[in-house]
Amino acid sequence: MQPLIFDIKRYAINDGSGIRTTIFLKGCPLSCAWCHNPESVSPHPQKLYTANKCIGCNTCVEACPENACELTPLGIVTNPELCKLCGICADVCPTKATEISGQTMSKEEIMAKIEKERVFFDQSGGGVTFSGGEPLQHADFLIELLDECGERGIHRTVDTTGLAKTETLLEVAKRTDHFLYDLKMMDSSKHKSWTGVPNEKILENLQTLSAIGATINIRIPLIKGVNANEQNIRATAAFVAGLAGEKKKVNLLPYHNIAARKYQKLGGEYDSGEMQEPSEEEQEKAVAIFAEYGIDAILGG
Amino acid sequence: MFEKVKIENPIPERPALAEGNFYAPLENQIGPGMNPRIQRLRKLSVETEPTISIERALHETAFYKENFGKYSIPVLRAMTFLDHCQKKTLYLGDDELIVGERGPKPKAIPTFPELTCHSVEDFHVLNTRDMQPYYTTQADIETYAREVIPYWEGKTQRERIFNHVPEAWKAAYQAGLFTEFMEQRAPGHTALDGKIYQKGMLDFKREIEENIAALDYLNDPAATDKAEEWKAMAISCDAVIVFAERHADLAEEMAGRENNLQRRAELLKIAEVCRHVPGRAPRSLWEAIQMYWFVHLGTITELNGWDAMNPGHFDQHLNPFYEKEIAAGTLTRDEAKELLSCFWIKVNNHPAPPKVGITARESGTYNDFTNINLGGVKRDGSDGSSEVSYIMLGVVEELHILQPGNSVHISAKTPDRFLHAAARVIRQGHGYPSIFNPDIYILEMLRQGKTLEDAREGGCSGCIEVGAFGKEAYLLTGYLNVPKILEVTLNNGLDPVTGKVAGTETGDPRNFASFEELYAAFHKQLSFVIDQKIRVSNYIDRMFAKYAPAPFLSVVIEDCISTGKDYYDGGPRYNTSYIQCTGLGTITDSLATLKKHIFEEKTFTMPQMLDALGKNFAGEEFMRQTIMNRTPFFGNDDDYADEIAQRVYGDLFDLIDGQPNIKGGQYHLNMLSTTCHVYFGKVMGATPNGRLAGKSISDGTSPSHGADTNGPSAVVKSLTKIDHTKSGGTLLNQRFLPSLLKRDEDIKKLGHLIRSYFTLGGHHIQFNIVDTATLLAAQENPDDYKELLVRMAGYSDYFNDMNADLQQEVIERTQNEAF
Repeated sequence: MQPLIFDIKRYAINDGSGIRTTIFLKGCPLSCAWCHNPESVSPHPQKLYTANKCIGCNTCVEACPENACELTPLGIVTNPELCKLCGICADVCPTKATEISGQTMSKEEIMAKIEKERVFFDQSGGGVTFSGGEPLQHADFLIELLDECGERGIHRTVDTTGLAKTETLLEVAKRTDHFLYDLKMMDSSKHKSWTGVPNEKILENLQTLSAIGATINIRIPLIKGVNANEQNIRATAAFVAGLAGEKKKVNLLPYHNIAARKYQKLGGEYDSGEMQEPSEEEQEKAVAIFAEYGIDAILGG
Repeated sequence: MFEKVKIENPIPERPALAEGNFYAPLENQIGPGMNPRIQRLRKLSVETEPTISIERALHETAFYKENFGKYSIPVLRAMTFLDHCQKKTLYLGDDELIVGERGPKPKAIPTFPELTCHSVEDFHVLNTRDMQPYYTTQADIETYAREVIPYWEGKTQRERIFNHVPEAWKAAYQAGLFTEFMEQRAPGHTALDGKIYQKGMLDFKREIEENIAALDYLNDPAATDKAEEWKAMAISCDAVIVFAERHADLAEEMAGRENNLQRRAELLKIAEVCRHVPGRAPRSLWEAIQMYWFVHLGTITELNGWDAMNPGHFDQHLNPFYEKEIAAGTLTRDEAKELLSCFWIKVNNHPAPPKVGITARESGTYNDFTNINLGGVKRDGSDGSSEVSYIMLGVVEELHILQPGNSVHISAKTPDRFLHAAARVIRQGHGYPSIFNPDIYILEMLRQGKTLEDAREGGCSGCIEVGAFGKEAYLLTGYLNVPKILEVTLNNGLDPVTGKVAGTETGDPRNFASFEELYAAFHKQLSFVIDQKIRVSNYIDRMFAKYAPAPFLSVVIEDCISTGKDYYDGGPRYNTSYIQCTGLGTITDSLATLKKHIFEEKTFTMPQMLDALGKNFAGEEFMRQTIMNRTPFFGNDDDYADEIAQRVYGDLFDLIDGQPNIKGGQYHLNMLSTTCHVYFGKVMGATPNGRLAGKSISDGTSPSHGADTNGPSAVVKSLTKIDHTKSGGTLLNQRFLPSLLKRDEDIKKLGHLIRSYFTLGGHHIQFNIVDTATLLAAQENPDDYKELLVRMAGYSDYFNDMNADLQQEVIERTQNEAF
């Protein structure tokens, strides 16, 4: 299946070295409760609707061939039974209140987008970052793009959850200059309850990747009520300290409760539940614990 | 109205915060590093209210009454200047090391009735308006009405100009198709090169006297005119020497009365400095700064030229003195910084002269646009940054005052250390410094015909305009409202706002069958308006050459002494007239809308569009939203829109560049807007890009507000599709939130963005580091946000000193918070 792209972000300055262009591939084996990009989880196109942009012009209702759209006092409501995700509603919407997330793009189209930013890569030591979702879910497509970027001398970063076949990861690693590797928490059963999957494969893959000498930044979301407790941070630090290869750098990404609006766009609700933003002291403390294990952890991308 | 007039107080109350102090209340209120002297001088400078001094006008009027007709005009001008320098009230304040004020005290601004004579009503408006008031006492207003106004009635430069302009010009001017700079102030935009650090006024006088002695009255038909100009130059050299000597006398007299031994020594040193400069070339850093300051005061007292005066590459000029004295052990870094701080505060003591014929709502600024260039390249092409550049950046960061403006000049040779030091100052949210690309502006000047060395010694003054410092008269003649020219085209020559004729008939747009027909009509209109503009600008130029020459300014600008011609009369080595074209984003987006939606996709018809524009899109929200969300706009690295921008820019260039300006020079294209895009927006109805009536148009070459949705790198790509080397300056505003620049890593990435823009050929970029919440809060509670300094188009101003329209415009500038 041709993977879907749900965003291409230019001037990304928090996705690796220098100024980068980040390609977001749709579809993810994890479904983390705190996910900031909820539209990244499903590999299929999805309709996004932003009620406060809608002017109630009724154009989409009239244009829909399936009669799936209805104008209500709460804005446009789409009947999922009838909607075939043809995208006509998004095409005719004058305000872009309705959008379709996820589109196919050819390798050439993606490369053309990447090339637009070359001067910034050259000046900053930046390049392209493949993110998601989980880019490794689309390994063939990803490898093609990585090879093409390699031939063109563009620095390649892959941002991964680590959940993939080890052989796939190693194939990708051959043509990747730098990994951003997400590590959520060390306790597998908790990992499963928060992300939907256990973590054994993720940890094993990280060890394997380290052993072959890959350059890796480990990214850890820091969420109070989930993984920001001392026990988990110590376990994580000990695990990272035990990894083979060059000393790993750790980015601690403090959780922000900003995703709620995105869930509304998908027509869903977001429940932050026990998840809270860690205080500054808690953030500093996490940094200090990593330092105890000889690991340089920094806050932010 | 009269009871509202404020009574003058020697130092009116004005909290220091009102003029900006970005340091958080809990931190050091004044700023780290500022010594007590500088703290006191700064406090006085920022707390003093601007006032009007009528002294210069009284001296001048009395002198003209007595002497008009006895001398040639240049000599009369010089003698008027000398007379004022002999008589004017001096000011030498406590703590001062660098001395001299244009008025009798800090922030007291003289008037220039020979150019534009303020009416009694003007003074009352200036006394009572909310924004940028200038206070005049009732007694002074009465004296002015009795002594000054009657004499100048019908004789001012402004009246002379307006009596002679053709009807077509007036129609276009009143419709807001363009502005005219020289109806309010004298041509200026001047910056100096390094000659005043090598030669004193006595040296210049010697050259002048030799030239007079060598005059060939038998064969040179211009000999008499040259003789008069040279005499005038020599007299004006005497004038500034007399002015300095009077300060030396005063300092010695004060020293005699001074009990504090340290201050007595300082006063005696001031006297010694003022006896030496400006007559002779400076020997020390102190003398070099004081030398420049006397020249600066001389030029801004002689006339009220636009953008005051500018030392140009001040760090490069001062660094040899600094290095010599550091090596000799006669100066410390802190002493150098203190002297520079004193100088900075001096410039801040000189708000811009207020306009005449003003309305209370009219926006203005106290900023007089002195723009000190830091870094850049030297005459030989090597890196120009030095220790003095870093000291100056420190002064900018610590003082945080409105004036002088400053800019950093980043060539490929400039070290990252300097770029990052500047970025850290930018991060503080001052709006300063703005950032220029010498590698491109040197090419701009070479293309205009300057020599390589003269181009390298040049830079940017005022806002973003390039010139060969010390060798060129490069005059801004006025702004051109390019989107309004499309509006007039869409109305077949009429201004739809007033219903009056504003341009020429170019056909009913309902009959245009293609975008090319529309564009041809727009082009014809553009050509007609530019011709009107140039015709009158040439006339005004001659009026200044004949009636208001500037012999003192001519002394310090290269080739005026050797040619015997005035700065306003083609004396400088180079003579450029710029027309500043405003609203590239708005015109591009409007044309893109018409091209795509009317002619290509036929989403709407021309009558529908004209109807919607006529009613300001009332009831046409679907249409307006479709336009704003479904049209390729400038600033997104989208060739559809960017090619239109290239085409408009190219046509502006073809119509303006190379037209002769009757001083031996040429007109060139400039893409600056300052705050004029706000005024231009006000005189316009809705535009095809969905912009509503009265809202400001886009500034400089920046994208329209909210049109750029793909981040700063896409903006940079769009901007560099136009060839900056064909203009004398482009302007790109980018707003960054503080969160984007928190870490040192972010500073580096900002540096990369700047280097990328410059690699692609960008001329200038500037950053406002603020967040929208702060701005909205500042609008709600202005008193709590008095420190908010915002970078406007080419300079900085206090958010609270701006009127509501300008504030709105700042808020709407695209944020980059999402990155």
